[in-house]
Amino acid sequence: MPDTAATLATAARLSAHFRAAGAVPVSADILQPAETLLDLYGEDIRARAYVTRDPVAGEMMLRPDFTVPVVQAHMANGAEPARYTYEGAVFRKQEAPGARAREYLQVGYELFDRTDPAAADAEVFALIATALEGLALRATLRPVTGDIGVLRAAVAGLSLSDHRRAALMRHIWRPARFRALIERFTGRGPLAEARAALTDRLRAAPAQALIAEAGPVIGLRGADEIAARVAALLADADTPPLPAAEVALMNAILSVAMPSRAALEHLRALEWSALAPALDRLARRLDALDARGVDTAALRFEASFGRSSMEYYDGFVFGFVAEGAGLPPVATGGRYDALTAVLGQGRAIPAVGGVIRPALVAALEGAR
Amino acid sequence: MTLSLGVPSKGRLMEQTFDWFADRGITLRRAGADREYAGAVEGFDGLRLVLLSAGEIPRDLAAGRIHLGVTGSDLVREGLADWAAQVAELAPMGFGHADLVIAVPAAWVDVDTLDDLDAAAAAFRARHGFRLRIATKYHRLVRDHLRAHGVADYQLVDSQGATEGTVKNLTAEAVADITSTGATLRDNHLKVLHGPPVHASQATLFAASGADWTEARAVLVRLAARLGVALPDTFG
Repeated sequence: MPDTAATLATAARLSAHFRAAGAVPVSADILQPAETLLDLYGEDIRARAYVTRDPVAGEMMLRPDFTVPVVQAHMANGAEPARYTYEGAVFRKQEAPGARAREYLQVGYELFDRTDPAAADAEVFALIATALEGLALRATLRPVTGDIGVLRAAVAGLSLSDHRRAALMRHIWRPARFRALIERFTGRGPLAEARAALTDRLRAAPAQALIAEAGPVIGLRGADEIAARVAALLADADTPPLPAAEVALMNAILSVAMPSRAALEHLRALEWSALAPALDRLARRLDALDARGVDTAALRFEASFGRSSMEYYDGFVFGFVAEGAGLPPVATGGRYDALTAVLGQGRAIPAVGGVIRPALVAALEGAR
Repeated sequence: MTLSLGVPSKGRLMEQTFDWFADRGITLRRAGADREYAGAVEGFDGLRLVLLSAGEIPRDLAAGRIHLGVTGSDLVREGLADWAAQVAELAPMGFGHADLVIAVPAAWVDVDTLDDLDAAAAAFRARHGFRLRIATKYHRLVRDHLRAHGVADYQLVDSQGATEGTVKNLTAEAVADITSTGATLRDNHLKVLHGPPVHASQATLFAASGADWTEARAVLVRLAARLGVALPDTFG
């Protein structure tokens, strides 16, 4: 569906708002190399992005977001600190007929700054909040925030072997698998039973003998790799189970959903020293938000927010949802420090950004 | 107005479909010479038999070119986006059973489950610098299954035939393929992962949500009564 005049006018207004904050306008190719995006997002991105083939460049994707190309451009030749804004279409495959938009405008703001992460988080959030302020919308826009950094600190603080900790860290963005792994680490449940049966068999003979008996080693995964994982499995079987008290603590963190200041107090009251640095960062961010006029006594905080949809965010995350409108979030964003390291070829810089969907803003305005 | 029924035009699937309807007092047969894809119906008024390639039946159902169709449930789920919005399952027919399974080399003594596959994929990517490759032609079903189970660090590579040979040929580390007995996989030194299959397929009678039902609906109600099939509310 082509963008309406109202959508284009909204996009222009948002773009001006970001430029007035000091952002430099940038653009990005619509055709992006698929390999980078596949490496970042995994195979799931194929179900969400349009893939095509270029005779020379190989597999390409229609730009599913701006963040990746903007980060790449900044890492290649950006000065610090940097503020960028962009305005353009992104493309997302939709499985359900007639469901959400397949092609829609995004107007975004990205901030690369290594001096004060709390202030940078607050700047991006407040800038997007003010862009959406004062509009007569037919639904109330409810901001929701979260912090992947708190979850990462919690995982880092669990009494786990390095092997198990890495496995859990890898699945922070897959809540079902995350839960299943925690259950296995307690030594109970179907995964733990399957694992116990497997290790019983692996104890019966040396790995090389078991492999030789099972069949010829075919494919790229070699006997040494199989034997290495057998050794890891046997070592893991002797690891003490994750204490029930820590599982309860983790669940208590994951279920936090309340105003930000209350959430901070609630998390502090858990008295878990592993969380302290992450909670200090959260406190500094709330102070910085207060300084920008955001009411953090009311601002919603959900510890699980952003876990299933925003794989590269690793700190502050936020969204603006139109209550009861049945629409996707009108704006989303967050901190993605690790992404800059992945795309920076050895260099990294703390970064935070967010996007607004002008068509959704226009729809909410038009229907008033 | 007649009710059109698409049936696979050859092989066991066609014969078993004919048997299934015959058991319910409706005779389906190919009309004319063996090579013509025309069909004839006896024992039920208002039903028209259309013989089609089994692989085309999902598409014809989605486009509403036929009212009813018999094909494997795997082909419908793989071939149609949001399949449940486009077709309704009227009756599983009890033949054409085949499971879509994920199989890995039998020598992988450390891998029994998807939990293991996920861990092996992470280690494989760290070692080889690319994501573990799974060869299949069932991209949608396999991707949905692996996403639902939170498996990461894999990639699907397309294989339209002889999929079980891809591991030996070094074009994949694992496969996802249809099997009824697992014999071909075993012959190729592969083993099926424990747990339920990606999809347990069987021949199924489908109705097309998007077909013109204004006059065909009455015929369908009569046919459903004869077949002993309960109709979903939208068709009743």
